[in-house]
Amino acid sequence: MNFFIAAVRRDLILALRRRNDIINPLAFFLMVAVMFPLAVSPEPKFLADIAPGVIWVAALLACLLSVDGIFRSDFDDGALEQMLVSPQPLMLMVWAKILSHWLLSGFCLALMSPLLALMLFLPSEGLMALVMSLLLGTPTLSLLGAIGAGLTVGLRKGGILISLLILPLYIPVLIFGAGAVQAGAMGLPISGYLALLGILLVLSLMLAPFAVVAGLKISIKG
Amino acid sequence: MLEAKNLYCERDDRILFSQLNFTINAGEVVQIEGQNGSGKTTLLRILCGLNDAFEGELLWQGQGIENIQAEYYANMLYVGHLSGVKSSLTAEENLIWMQQLDPKLYKISITEALYKVGLYGFEDVPCYTLSAGQQRRVGLARLYLSEAPLWILDEPFTALDKKGVAEKEALLAEHVLNGGAVILTTHHNLEVPNHTVRHINLDKVA
Repeated sequence: MNFFIAAVRRDLILALRRRNDIINPLAFFLMVAVMFPLAVSPEPKFLADIAPGVIWVAALLACLLSVDGIFRSDFDDGALEQMLVSPQPLMLMVWAKILSHWLLSGFCLALMSPLLALMLFLPSEGLMALVMSLLLGTPTLSLLGAIGAGLTVGLRKGGILISLLILPLYIPVLIFGAGAVQAGAMGLPISGYLALLGILLVLSLMLAPFAVVAGLKISIKG
Repeated sequence: MLEAKNLYCERDDRILFSQLNFTINAGEVVQIEGQNGSGKTTLLRILCGLNDAFEGELLWQGQGIENIQAEYYANMLYVGHLSGVKSSLTAEENLIWMQQLDPKLYKISITEALYKVGLYGFEDVPCYTLSAGQQRRVGLARLYLSEAPLWILDEPFTALDKKGVAEKEALLAEHVLNGGAVILTTHHNLEVPNHTVRHINLDKVA
């Protein structure tokens, strides 16, 4: 447990010393919300209709943008090798990395989302659904993304490959996430959607780390 | 301590080594020799369990290392080509993290270790401001901290100055005197004080 906390702490410190990596996905998220009304139509009613989908797509792509970096720098400078030959279980380290990735991407996106909702005229009834669905959905994105990151970290150009590998897995999260916000905005119950997002989260929480560990071992030993 | 039986490894249809047998006993320094591309690093990575593309057996205290991985890793220290030093962390933070990873790194305090590698006064500046040799020293500070009996070192003297190399050689001598064992590669002319170095030449077993 101490090791887990130390590992999360280390990742957060590293990220805070290279702020670009944190700000990049958040700026991307915000930019999409700014550009959409300019490019499509500033009509409030139209924007309110598409807001759930736009915000969720933007959040998903922002996550995808940062997911490649989960293991990249540790692989490049040999820190990952050291973790593999240490007596500490690799699984704990993987948990820690995913948690810190989520704290810096998904969690921040969820906190920022009310601002985007305001800019896109999302009805206030949908606000709760938006934040809740992002809080439940984005950890799944980090977990699934880590599988792709682990598998492609050994390749020099993993960027495109990781999107191809991971995007299909992201689709269920996108559908239920955006669905929850749409239902919320219309004043319908959202508990069904949240339950489905919860199931996806629990499933990926249990299964993804095994895949990540296996992928990392292939990447390093390959 | 560590025994390798019938190791065989090929890369790109080229045999790096075959029927390679050796035992590393406590109190020994073993230097792997060979020209560039002869498989020195590959061999060391195999010994660390960082490369699975080989045939043969590796035994730690008589047991296969894949069966007792946690125990093996607790008794082994690996310093690779890449030092694993994070450039945005300070020297002290890097060593604290390495201690978290490996409970056998508490022989002396971090301050003492940094003093011994000549980085006293540099402990709280980010490593990217240090020179290549100094960054190397941060990684090598682990040798002073380590209580692990087996050291596997891949080109540990790269970028070190003459004085640094001599100090590390003295450290190796002290380590084997205390019952440790070292297996390393280096192109440097290794002189461990009061000790004969055993050589394994990979060009001859290809």
